[in-house]
Amino acid sequence: MATTPERLIQVLQSSQVQLLADWIKALRAVHKTRSATISDPELQAQCQEFIALTSAAIASNDLEDTDAEPWRPVKDFLAGVSRSRSRQGFSPSETAMFVMSFKEPLFAMLRRTREGIDDGKLLADVWEASRLLDKLALYTTEIHQAAREEVIRRQGEEMLELSTPVIQLWDGILALPLIGTLDSARTQVVMESLLQQIVATRSPIAILDITGVPTVDTLTAQHLLKTVAATRLMGAECIISGIRPQIAQTIVHLGVSLGDIVTKASLADAFRIALAKLGQSIAKG
Amino acid sequence: MTPAIADPARPVLRVDIVENEDVVVVRQRAREQAHRAGFSLLETTKLVTAASELARNTLEHGGGGYAEIEICTDGIRRGVRMRFVDEGPGIPDVELAMRDGYTTGKGLGLGLGGSRRLVSELEVQTTPGHGTRITAIRWK
Amino acid sequence: MDRIPILRMGRTLLVTVQVDMHDQLAVRLLDDLTSMITRTHARGVLIDISALDMVDSFIGRMIADIAATSRILDAQTVVVGMQPAVAITLVELGMALPGVRTALDVERGMELLGDPRDR
Repeated sequence: MATTPERLIQVLQSSQVQLLADWIKALRAVHKTRSATISDPELQAQCQEFIALTSAAIASNDLEDTDAEPWRPVKDFLAGVSRSRSRQGFSPSETAMFVMSFKEPLFAMLRRTREGIDDGKLLADVWEASRLLDKLALYTTEIHQAAREEVIRRQGEEMLELSTPVIQLWDGILALPLIGTLDSARTQVVMESLLQQIVATRSPIAILDITGVPTVDTLTAQHLLKTVAATRLMGAECIISGIRPQIAQTIVHLGVSLGDIVTKASLADAFRIALAKLGQSIAKG
Repeated sequence: MTPAIADPARPVLRVDIVENEDVVVVRQRAREQAHRAGFSLLETTKLVTAASELARNTLEHGGGGYAEIEICTDGIRRGVRMRFVDEGPGIPDVELAMRDGYTTGKGLGLGLGGSRRLVSELEVQTTPGHGTRITAIRWK
Repeated sequence: MDRIPILRMGRTLLVTVQVDMHDQLAVRLLDDLTSMITRTHARGVLIDISALDMVDSFIGRMIADIAATSRILDAQTVVVGMQPAVAITLVELGMALPGVRTALDVERGMELLGDPRDR
């Protein structure tokens, strides 16, 4: 067997039982201090899967580029393992140890197969294998990190929904007090929530109160305009209240046109206007 | 475009776009995949609408072709990837085709600019005289 | 040939869109409405899209065309029941449909159409 990949595959396949046993033993030592741990059958299955997928990928003869197509199944599998570890509360290091702790069993086995032969190939094989496993271990840490960030982002969104309640001021009039900066994620959540409430309560008028919004930039203004436009398409109408002088100046300065959107300085004025608008249709009926 | 791998457990839904009614079929398939990927109602609506726009382009400007819709992942997120392929005249100026007036909705009628806003990633591969291949991915 | 049925209620034409429309069906609707407005001297058109879970740029343009054409024929059009997700998506597409009157539901739509001050 002339190449490192060929020798690696040979070891992985012929010594799989021993490799698995040693690897799982090493992993158990790492997990020793954890309260929640992974069941034996599950760990066994994960290790076996890793060896199988990695052997297949090594057969492509490229140990260097783990971003290439042959390594996709391995990475996909590791991503799954990593996300699961993250969910169970494993630290990034503990997650990386899944791959890292495979090094010693593998090197020990490589050493054994080249016992008595001194041709420098052992060093080359160990080196290549080490670099490969390092890359895969680092990948698991990245996924772990991304998974954590995803959870935080989702929790943030859920908190947003709770912190921007839509209030029913009157029969047919909703109010949405917006607080803080209106970044993209927040505004989208808010927009959806308001529109759903308009349908649920059959309210033709929604008052967007921006008293609690310190500054308005182009993006925020655009989001507000989009909310107003979507509301109109549904058959309802938005009134914007609580525009402070500074915000009014900023809006003009940004060149944003509010068109014929009704704006009022105070929520009370907006409410009065809303009642009047409803009053027209009530008197008619 | 983010390297995305297909989900081996899910099918690739292919729709030949030859006549008007096929655009409706494309919408239905996109809706199915969105459901499989766990998209919210709004995410689904945006995806299906983009699918409709792009399918129409394939039919009207590309002279017909096909669409392939599948679930994909980049290791962290799940998404739906749609490919629209035709062997039509191609798009001579992609930048121009992407541009449209936001407030008026006018453009070259190609719907590309609008579609781009509805998805996470949009890539256009086109050769004038040889056809167009549009890939759109919406991540959850 | 399939078409979307148009109901006549006095001087108002009522259309309830309940199918996923392909382009030709939408164009046929415009044609049918146009001839029916003329034939029945209708003064109002109510389009109920509460069952539509997708409106793309073509259908959006058709709706705008129906409103514009009706107006020329001296009839008012009101579109009712647009779903939130559809509204958000249309806005994102860049279609705010400024020339189209809207209402939350059929009841309010009929109120709008029946208001003599709006003629």
